[in-house]
Amino acid sequence: MINKFVNSVAEAMADVRDGAVVLVGGFGEVGQPRALIDGLIEHGARELILVHNNAGVGQFGLARLLELGRIRKVICSFPRSSGSVVFQQLYKEGKIELELVPQGTLAERIRAAGAGVTAFYTPTAAGTKLGEGKETRQFNGKLCVLEHALYGDIALVEAWCADRWGNLTYKETGRNFNPIMATAAKLTVVQTHHTMQLGALDPESIITPGIFVDRIVHIPNGNAPSSWST
Amino acid sequence: MPECVSGDFKPLSISEMAARVATDIPEGWYVNLGIGIPMLVSERLSSQREVVFQCENGILGMGPSPAPDAIDPWLINAAKQHVTLRVGGSFCHHADSFAMIRGGHLDLSVLGAFEVAENGDIANWATLEKDTPLGVGGAMDLATGAKRVWVVMEHTTKDGRPRLVRRCTYPLTALGTVKRIYTNLAVLDVAPQGFVVTEMIPGMTVESLQARTEAKLFSAL
Repeated sequence: MINKFVNSVAEAMADVRDGAVVLVGGFGEVGQPRALIDGLIEHGARELILVHNNAGVGQFGLARLLELGRIRKVICSFPRSSGSVVFQQLYKEGKIELELVPQGTLAERIRAAGAGVTAFYTPTAAGTKLGEGKETRQFNGKLCVLEHALYGDIALVEAWCADRWGNLTYKETGRNFNPIMATAAKLTVVQTHHTMQLGALDPESIITPGIFVDRIVHIPNGNAPSSWST
Repeated sequence: MPECVSGDFKPLSISEMAARVATDIPEGWYVNLGIGIPMLVSERLSSQREVVFQCENGILGMGPSPAPDAIDPWLINAAKQHVTLRVGGSFCHHADSFAMIRGGHLDLSVLGAFEVAENGDIANWATLEKDTPLGVGGAMDLATGAKRVWVVMEHTTKDGRPRLVRRCTYPLTALGTVKRIYTNLAVLDVAPQGFVVTEMIPGMTVESLQARTEAKLFSAL
């Protein structure tokens, strides 16, 4: 019998290695797998490379992970959110590396990794500072830059409903990077608000089919965005 | 934003600028509104007109702000403000959202900017600050991928420096993609010869507008 549910966050986060590339879902606080991030803090892995749209706010979650010095490099599109003070301080002190990526390129690099596409050309960033040093080529008269797939060692995903096969649904804008990150890592770990019996999810409504998921931990009513301080 | 009266003309307020953009958006268009003045455009369009707003974080069919007692914490826009979903609206993941943006499916992307050059180059993402990290978000995708890019911005900086320039001095967001600019003083198209003035606020003259613009202006009036 396939059963991807595990009993604790600690069990879900087992085997994370130092130096791992960690893909973390969420756009702002919505769709962010907060319990798994706290689990990563507890776990203690270091020298991590964080792939996320932002760079943490306040003093909790990803910002706490940064503050503890666990992250060597951040790959993101927007580290300037208000309240992103921990990252900005580390950056100012030269204690962290930043790879700034246009948001659509970030999403596409993750999708490419999940789909077995090693690299692709896009006109986004061509001729700009973020295109500097990249291979370029003209297609139909348009200058394009070569972008590489972004593979994760582990993806941390927040779902709305999950069944034991790992089929997932999401809630509203909580979907964001979660489904593509689920496809792009060697190990995909999910926290879910609700659990469903196998067969209870409408097959037409499943967003992430179970093949992309390895472990699921049930965090009932976990981390509704409204309960967070920003 | 102060409505400074100088000479015998009164520059548009930011909400009047947004309203002016709104009048040019036909029913049926799919539109992404950038953060800042562009976001005000949605409030100036009648909900009777079916213009569909896209948000980069996975909404097609964004509705107006919710009432304070009807906030849905899971429903935010690109500026991370609470919004609603229109009837007919849908959600998608980030790669599909940016497929809409980068794949040429949006009829229009409305952006703010620091500068626009006479060749249609746009600079709107990076300031010239030192030792703070830059953020790009979806700016480069939105300035590159939509069917048309319009900019809405003040005609000059607060200290009077022109924003309509021969060549951008700020780091570029995209090359040659801006088609039209709405400022607090005029509406201008970006044509092969440069900026073409198609509309000015009452009391403004082409000479006076030229004095506030670095690049050469052509008049279609």
